Amino acid sequence: MEALFDIPVLGLLVQLVFYAGEVLVRNGTIIVALAAPLALGALCGVMNERSGVVNIGIEGMMLSSAFAGWFAASAASQAIPAEAGGIFGWTPALLVGLLAALLTGVLLSAIHAWLSITVKADQIISGTIINIAAVGVTGYLNLLLSQGSPPTAGKFASFDPPDVLVDLPVIGWLFRMFLAQGPVTMSAIILAVVLQILLFRSRWGLRTRAVGEHPRAAETVGINVIASRYRNVILGGVFAGLAGAWFTLDFGNSFQTNMTQGRGFIALAALIFGRWHPIGGYAAALLFAYAISLGTAIRTLPPPDTLGDILTAIPPQAFSALPYVITIIVLAGVVGRSVAPASVGRPYEREATT
Amino acid sequence: MIRRLAAQLVLPISSLFLALVTGAVFVIASSPLVTGEFDLGLPLDAYGALVGGSLLSVNGWIDTLVNATPLILAGLSVGLCFKGGLFNIGAQGQTLVGALAAAATGAALAQAPAPIAIGAAVAAAFLAGAAYGFIPGALKAFTGAHEVVVTIMLNYVAIQVIAWAITGPLRAPGASFARSPDVGNAQLPAFGLPGHLLHAGVLLAIVAVPIVWWVLNRSTVGFEVRTTGLNPDAARYAGMRPRLLTIGTMAVGGALAGLAGGAQILGVAGYMPAAYATNIGFDAITVALIGRANPIGIFFAALLLGGLRAGAPAMQISAGIPVQMIDVLQGVMLFFLAADVIVRRLFRLRKVEGGVDELQTVSRTYGGQATTN
Repeated sequence: MEALFDIPVLGLLVQLVFYAGEVLVRNGTIIVALAAPLALGALCGVMNERSGVVNIGIEGMMLSSAFAGWFAASAASQAIPAEAGGIFGWTPALLVGLLAALLTGVLLSAIHAWLSITVKADQIISGTIINIAAVGVTGYLNLLLSQGSPPTAGKFASFDPPDVLVDLPVIGWLFRMFLAQGPVTMSAIILAVVLQILLFRSRWGLRTRAVGEHPRAAETVGINVIASRYRNVILGGVFAGLAGAWFTLDFGNSFQTNMTQGRGFIALAALIFGRWHPIGGYAAALLFAYAISLGTAIRTLPPPDTLGDILTAIPPQAFSALPYVITIIVLAGVVGRSVAPASVGRPYEREATT
Repeated sequence: MIRRLAAQLVLPISSLFLALVTGAVFVIASSPLVTGEFDLGLPLDAYGALVGGSLLSVNGWIDTLVNATPLILAGLSVGLCFKGGLFNIGAQGQTLVGALAAAATGAALAQAPAPIAIGAAVAAAFLAGAAYGFIPGALKAFTGAHEVVVTIMLNYVAIQVIAWAITGPLRAPGASFARSPDVGNAQLPAFGLPGHLLHAGVLLAIVAVPIVWWVLNRSTVGFEVRTTGLNPDAARYAGMRPRLLTIGTMAVGGALAGLAGGAQILGVAGYMPAAYATNIGFDAITVALIGRANPIGIFFAALLLGGLRAGAPAMQISAGIPVQMIDVLQGVMLFFLAADVIVRRLFRLRKVEGGVDELQTVSRTYGGQATTN
């Protein structure tokens, strides 16, 4: 091993690969956690874009849901104080928060659906409106609320996987990585699998894809394009709401202004990278989460010796920018080879019924 | 002529009115957080302070113009790109790198004669913005990566670039916080009272409006840009080169946004802090949409938003309403602009003009295809 590390130049590369592997092993659990909002955002994107609607408002939906979840949980924890108990350390307040987050996601999605399907406003503008309004409303209320320093309702606890699974050689690590998680993070994994099956194996999935690819043809075989789009866009809001809940009820327990930090847009890139497949989106989310985690690791726990010296000589901001740069590279490299649903971004006009 | 103008104005004005009404409801709903009880008069206090801080004094007028200056330039950037069928959400990032370039050049030439220092710093802001706009333009033209996601990512990258530059190579020695050195002689000439200075960047913005209008509406290249915006396929069949036009439009758009950043640093701040915060790039989207991507419309929309921004601090101080209220108003106003059916029903109007036609190209290209040419 040492011999490999000491080869000039090439040795550094070997060390880098080893270090990257070490980070993966050490931070597996946190990588899966960080992937959750990206994956859930991508799932929201799947619901929208597979039925032919662009949604760049996912970021704003996440931010609003994160705020609503935190605010509702905080208010409920004062009204109904309770001991954390049972699985995931749930309290009534946390459930109220989760519900508020989901409702917020659904409500904003309903607005997006109405604007882009019925009003036939530009879909990208509709998303932009949601993003601008979300920053304004949450920033406004957060500033006013923080003057009274509201109590935190805490957050969901991570699941404690049984030792039998965790102690297994090699796969035990995988079990811990995916099972030692809060409920929202875990739901992302389950939902990705469920949505994958539904999208490609159910009648609903076939119809959704038909509506996204060729709405006119779908309509001629009796599918209600408008209703189908409405249903899917609004249901997609559940995923955006969950992603928001992840920020303030699962991963963290408080709200900060603009805390989503562009994750809603990275989710869109994960969606494209995953070729509009739920599982693909989840895998892409894991990759982005790994990049985020690697950037943090290099800043906080750099590798030893020469490699460490080189990496610490690179300004830390470069690693902060890494996820965004990787998103751009992925987009530039993948788009064109992975094909979007054909009718994405085009409002559907019913033919005149005379 | 007047009828046409009225038809164009009715939607933005009704949207503004509805936004103010909705905003008032929002303020009343949140008033227990401000005054401890439901206060029906709070919206009046807030809007009163807003108008007082922007319209009712000479200083207010100056603040409005100063706030409108970068919004005109960045609004032209977003509007020009709209006309070319591109959505430049990256005006924010381009503004930031333009500001950084102006701060760096200004600091380096702080002792040089003013015309040279100012000229070089403004040119640096222009070029930096152009380069930052070139990236998403080229990526869209050659790979099909949609400019919406790419420019948003570049906005976040710009924040890190600035944090690095100002805490590192550009940090002013001896300053109590991380900031770039003063721009010295590159400071734009200004007049007025201290704290309410009208700087020469206003002229830059005012001159840019007719230039962009002329290029878009009277020049060959402007015709090609608009054709590409309305229908890239038709443009290609007519022998235009959509790929080149896409890159060029984004680069010029970036340059305009870069100028906005440069004007802020050279005219207002005089240096750049590491945590330089600004709303310019996002306000510019609102400005371009209200102005329907028309340079003259953008000019007046920028004055409107500049006024809101100028009055916001007074509103926060005297009424206790956070400045984020302006973002809320923007969001609601854009909602009513987009949902013109509501305005039509409410005010019983038969026909209103409101949209930006080229936007359909923005959405249609979202699926991603490299521009063929």
